[in-house]
Amino acid sequence: MMQQPNKLVPFFENLNFERDDNTMVVNFGPQHPSAHGQLRLMLELEGEKVIKAYPDIGYLHRGIEKMAENMTYNEFLPTTDRLDYIASTANNYAYALAVEKLLGIEAPRRAQAIRTMLLELNRIISHLFFIATHALDVGAMSVFLYAFREREFAMDLMEDYCGARLTHSSVRIGGVPLDLPEGWLAQMMAFLEKMEYELEHTYEALLTENRIWKMRLEDVGVIDAEDALSWGCTGPILRGAGVQYDVRKEEPYELYGELDFDVPVSDRNDAYGRYMLHVEEMRQSARIIRQVMPIYRKSEPQLMAHAPQYISAPKEEIMTQNYALMQHFVLVTQGMRPPKGEVYVPTESPKGELGFYIKSEGEPYAYRLKCRAPSFYHTGILQKVLVGTYLADVVTMISSSNIVFGEVDR
Amino acid sequence: MRKYTPKDNVQGKAYYTDRFWVAPSVPRSDVSEDAHFAALLEKIKESVAVKESYIQIGQMVVHIHPKDNIAVLRLVKEQCDYAMCTEISAVDYLAQDGEFEIFYQMLNLKKAKRIRIVTRIKEGQAIESAVPLFNSANFAEREMYDMFGIVANNHPFMKRILMPDDWEGHPLRKTYPLQGDEAASWYEVDKIFGKENREAIGPENRDPARIDRYDTKRFSRVGYEVPFGADISAGEQKTEIAYSDTLLANYNKSSKQLDERR
Amino acid sequence: MAQHQVNYASAAGLPVALTSVDKLINWGRSNSLWPMTYGLACCAIEMMATGASRYDFDRMGTIFRASPRQSDVMILAGTLSKKHAEFTRRLYDQMMEPKWVISMGSCANTGGMFNTYSTVQGVDRIVPVDIYLPGCAPRPETLQYALMMLQTKIRKESADMNKNTKQNLRTL
Repeated sequence: MMQQPNKLVPFFENLNFERDDNTMVVNFGPQHPSAHGQLRLMLELEGEKVIKAYPDIGYLHRGIEKMAENMTYNEFLPTTDRLDYIASTANNYAYALAVEKLLGIEAPRRAQAIRTMLLELNRIISHLFFIATHALDVGAMSVFLYAFREREFAMDLMEDYCGARLTHSSVRIGGVPLDLPEGWLAQMMAFLEKMEYELEHTYEALLTENRIWKMRLEDVGVIDAEDALSWGCTGPILRGAGVQYDVRKEEPYELYGELDFDVPVSDRNDAYGRYMLHVEEMRQSARIIRQVMPIYRKSEPQLMAHAPQYISAPKEEIMTQNYALMQHFVLVTQGMRPPKGEVYVPTESPKGELGFYIKSEGEPYAYRLKCRAPSFYHTGILQKVLVGTYLADVVTMISSSNIVFGEVDR
Repeated sequence: MRKYTPKDNVQGKAYYTDRFWVAPSVPRSDVSEDAHFAALLEKIKESVAVKESYIQIGQMVVHIHPKDNIAVLRLVKEQCDYAMCTEISAVDYLAQDGEFEIFYQMLNLKKAKRIRIVTRIKEGQAIESAVPLFNSANFAEREMYDMFGIVANNHPFMKRILMPDDWEGHPLRKTYPLQGDEAASWYEVDKIFGKENREAIGPENRDPARIDRYDTKRFSRVGYEVPFGADISAGEQKTEIAYSDTLLANYNKSSKQLDERR
Repeated sequence: MAQHQVNYASAAGLPVALTSVDKLINWGRSNSLWPMTYGLACCAIEMMATGASRYDFDRMGTIFRASPRQSDVMILAGTLSKKHAEFTRRLYDQMMEPKWVISMGSCANTGGMFNTYSTVQGVDRIVPVDIYLPGCAPRPETLQYALMMLQTKIRKESADMNKNTKQNLRTL
């Protein structure tokens, strides 16, 4: 078959074998087998040591912020799924919380309980993915398969609740759309037990005291507290540098103010510390979910906030009452008009501090929406951290920083 | 004459505007209600002129002049423990005031308090870069430049970050259409195949509801897939879409009585 | 033998039409399709889930190869942005014949929900596609079905790739 003609020429200008100072420029292209997506890193190497690292991003830029200026608030919710596509509910929830703060409404108790459980389940899913891909990048391929097995059970739970495995849209502005199906809590308990068992007997047993794992991860990707604060790193990277800051504890939202859980902090500053942090956070998530279950059982069965100006009535009323139907029609076609003003709400997503800045001019479409993505700033710090490391450590550092390109490029 | 469509804001509009609707505002409270913010505001007022300040949804917002941004950032960082700059971005108000509104979102980790420093610059004006104080501004200001065209002076690497280097236009401006202008829609074809192959590839299909009856891709026909280009019309002639006569009748012109009940 | 052109791909070089050689070659090709993982966005996660424990991709003979020079099928999973389109085409050109393309997910098929300035509206503007997979993100079973459909397609085709019609990017 004839080769189709195009204007692309061989790309040799990035590979520089005969430079004066013996450095080589390697293009860690936008597509590479490390599972992290489209990062293009241009590395200047002297032998095996990296002298300069320049991350080039934007290969997944889809114009999500501009889409928000052209869609109503409710219409935009499924688009937020695709930001951090590994833990979709975290993005949906951050957006829904920002809009709720703008409107000045609060979700009812049962909805808060369900949302907290979903958020922690998403944290477990995301951390399992972190362990899987981190191990895969460093070389331990069987851990990838084990972690994905666990992840399948968690995604089954999400699918039972909202119908989708990956891009959930399980949260609405003002609450949740659906109540938990029968037997979901029992399945969740079984999953948590299995996960804790596997965490101790498989992942920790295979990795934590493993000589090779320790050699690959200790003292790699050292980020100290000053750097982390200056470069805007949050979440596990900040806590791995010794700074005790978790948005769930410091600026509590949902039910986190009432729950009893610990926030692990590591003073190791390196990739091994961050790995241990993720494992411990999974245990704390299981603890949180167990505490929320009785709160759910005792709550009134109201799922969406009562704010007729902004939020539609429950489906039973829409199908039977006339005014509820009319209001629902207006809210769906025109969209709700929030008050004029701006809001920035930070939440703790599994990757770090995820926040949405929404500026509204009273129109049904947002005037400006900015998504503060943790991975954007974690990619920025790569410029600093990768200098002085070896080429093999570059891969370890990238996967240790847990970046997702849906968020970075939006 | 065709309807006048304003070109300074080509973003989507609500399909129905309520003539008598007056939007309420998100409530603002006075800074004196919170001791920490009141003390902070006093400190800021000592060094720069503050245009406006209030507390909104638990965070203090301070409006300043653009030339003072570094002074205020240095003040809050060094004297008031606002160690992290979590977000820097801009809002396009060119159509209304001819200005961009830039905001810096700051976080105090010790007290878990957040403030927003807001300033306005005119189109074409540049702003001083915050990179010497906060490295998180490195990527954030590059994105601001890429999306709005706002240059940050003394930035170590002021280049486009999300769009390709040779992109024309600044996407998040209100004058930039969501689906991209002409340069945008042919960008990948020009890059890979060259301008001469534009007709061969064809324009982008931006209509999500487009149905091609004789389309061989036929997503719904699972099990009956055919190779591309195969003829699936089964001999029938291609019919153009035709509207029935009733719809085309112009009721206003005719004097005939169409409604028998009258 | 300068005048006699030997075409090894069809009929093993003999001037006789032998369908069984075609069948043998196609059987070999279809049962060991080595995909090049072109995981771009969310669909990449579903592709990884397809290759992982529950929906094992390896049982179809696939081994995920990272290099284009060693792969047969390119599974484009996720949104292709205009910045990235150049690299996709470059990697497609580096693949060796015979090669096929599966476009996975709405974003790769038609640009998906991202009807914006920076998204390529359909990966078939850049590379010729054999199988389109709908879904956002398609379930792992859908990807398995698509691969099996590709296997059926390969078996029906002639072993000589020059005879197969592909979507030739309109007239290019």
